[in-house]
Amino acid sequence: MRFSFTDEQLAFRSAVADVLSDWCTPADLHARYVELNAEAGRSHARWNALAGLGVTGLVVPEHLGGLGLTDLDLIGIAEEAGAVVLPEPLATTAGVVFGTLGSVPGMEERLAAAIDDLMTATFGGVDFGAERHRVSTTLNEGIASTPRVAHCHADLLLLVVVIDGATELHLVDREEVTVDATPALDLTRELGTIHWRPTEGTLLASGSHADRFVEQLVERSALYAAAELLGLCQAMLTLTASYVTERKQFGVPVGSFQAVKHHLAGARVRLEFARPAVYRAAYTLANGEPTLAHDVSMAKSLAADAADEAARVSLQCHGAIGYTYEYDLHFAMKRAWGLSAAWGDARSHRARILDLVVESRS
Amino acid sequence: MDLTFSPDQEAFRMEARTWLQANVPSPGSLRSLDTAEGFEDHRAFERTLFEAQWSVVSWPKAFGGREVGIMEWLIFEEEYYRAGGPRRVSQNGIFLLAPTLFEFGTDAQQSRYLPAMASGEEIWCQGWSEPDAGSDLASIRSRATKTEGGWLLTGQKTWCSRGAFAHRCFGIFRTDPSAERHRGLTYFLIDMATPGVTVRPIAQLDGETGFAEVFFDDVFVSDEDVLGGIGEGWKVAMATAGSERGISLRSPARYTEAAGKLIDLLAAHSQEVGALGLDPRGAIADDVVKAYVDAEAYKLHTYMTATKVREGHKVGAEASATKIFWSETDVNLHQAALRLLGPDAELMVPNGHGGLDLSDWLDGYLFALSGPIYAGTNEIQRNVVAERMLGLPRA
Repeated sequence: MRFSFTDEQLAFRSAVADVLSDWCTPADLHARYVELNAEAGRSHARWNALAGLGVTGLVVPEHLGGLGLTDLDLIGIAEEAGAVVLPEPLATTAGVVFGTLGSVPGMEERLAAAIDDLMTATFGGVDFGAERHRVSTTLNEGIASTPRVAHCHADLLLLVVVIDGATELHLVDREEVTVDATPALDLTRELGTIHWRPTEGTLLASGSHADRFVEQLVERSALYAAAELLGLCQAMLTLTASYVTERKQFGVPVGSFQAVKHHLAGARVRLEFARPAVYRAAYTLANGEPTLAHDVSMAKSLAADAADEAARVSLQCHGAIGYTYEYDLHFAMKRAWGLSAAWGDARSHRARILDLVVESRS
Repeated sequence: MDLTFSPDQEAFRMEARTWLQANVPSPGSLRSLDTAEGFEDHRAFERTLFEAQWSVVSWPKAFGGREVGIMEWLIFEEEYYRAGGPRRVSQNGIFLLAPTLFEFGTDAQQSRYLPAMASGEEIWCQGWSEPDAGSDLASIRSRATKTEGGWLLTGQKTWCSRGAFAHRCFGIFRTDPSAERHRGLTYFLIDMATPGVTVRPIAQLDGETGFAEVFFDDVFVSDEDVLGGIGEGWKVAMATAGSERGISLRSPARYTEAAGKLIDLLAAHSQEVGALGLDPRGAIADDVVKAYVDAEAYKLHTYMTATKVREGHKVGAEASATKIFWSETDVNLHQAALRLLGPDAELMVPNGHGGLDLSDWLDGYLFALSGPIYAGTNEIQRNVVAERMLGLPRA
């Protein structure tokens, strides 16, 4: 029993965190919001700097162009991406899509090229369900429509559809789809409906084979969302702690009042006890343990509750300034709300835990 | 990262499990810890544990332990609660005073007190709070004045758990009357049979005398019974408080075991109400799972903390976060059970709900309610978390 990261893992995480803090400052986030509001394209510089570190292929085997590391090496990096509210899909590309494609036969060349070309990737077409996941893609005259896909302008899209009662998993290039952007509170997650044509050429897996991949993809999505939520939670608390230390009323910093302290301490305690659950689930994933569903649900429910509480108390402790578009808090807060509900909210994950635990005890 | 136990640790677990299965008294066979007879029943069980070397597994062999590490101690705790072991009447000694004695005690103090503490021969109580010094512990007024070969203690201590029946008391007294607050305090090891000690038991919510007021009237304590030096009392007391809030007093097994029984209670309850079935989205079911998730999270956090401790790191303000978390988890867990039991919850009769007697959930609830109060109220712990983990300014 050694529940801790290695020195190498911590050093890599901290190196990526340095790059993130250089490239993703609050000023950069404000700039990105302006671009997105103007429906402008993206600057690729930040993504290229990150992907250039090899992070997107972190859990991909070396012979496929990856770094051959594990989810335990990536989980802390996802947390750091959350902490800067990174607009680009780092955890989704590296942890969810590439982390799964690495084990799909026949994907070797495509995956190696995707890593090499510094591509972004996303996954969609299914919603988390405590008993079973629900495919959200609809099909009309051969055209599939997948709603609410995050990072809808990604280079590669891994999408789920049901055709003739069988689940199918497809890998589609951006050039092959039409995107209808969907207005959503967190602009930087770039939600949209993807219209695409499932073909023999895009098909990766079908039937029970596809079901297994989808299951894996949903667990990965929930786990990496949980890791980002930890980072968001930390970021909101750090920002708020610094604000209430500077802001004075009645001649003293408002952070010296117990009412303010207790709000923030409560959220800090929730964060403290969510973290080990997220790390444990990453360990379970990295080691192929059979308790993945239980452990991911623990991670996601605890991280979502912690982030929701951090968002609520951070807004409250900031007073009116936190309620403005020009202040930095809303970036993290909106991302936290979105990720808290995505891939199963806390309550849906607890419903799954109950089923699993009752089953294991009877 | 490795979240598995070694073959040696698994063997240790099986050895503990086998012994505990054969020796833990059946539920209800020991009378209540907070009565004179029950106190003796529990001491007798401590003796049994000690003779088989299970009472203090992490201690040196010379004092009755097995010299195993912190992970093995956690394994033992898991097995102890799994077997339904009774509350430890010696807890204030073995879990709070002992770590402080290992850190600050002289060789003579360690040999004099540790074995008798481990065997249940001498039960310790804590003499810290006073009528006018609760959360504001540094305002204590009980004092000690120098006399030939020792000190004379005068004053009043209160809320001393086990105080009604304990043999010895560890307490802090002001030895320098001109010093204020945290300075000029000294930590004493006191024999409760010394002339001048008067104990007034206090009945708790359940009517039993779990704690007491203790009056000191020129009570003599020899120089050998000063722990950690004259004027060092606050520093020594904070070491004890760290044990009280951190993992040493409340190991996670206590909560994970109860959480498992709570899930069983929910399952049994859902079958009884039949038509309603087990609605995992129902409000009560969600509270039950929340309590289960928090208990498991506490266990994971403890393994992480134990790893840090083993690798030489100190536990600081995190102990305050830990105390808030386990005490609130305990309340939530028992509250969920009582909500499931509905109108049966207030009955003080045994009738075997969900693997536990009905009254055990009620007892557990009453006990849990003291958690956010003792060992420094959760309000004080929140101040510590805010100031030391988030860097907020002091008032």
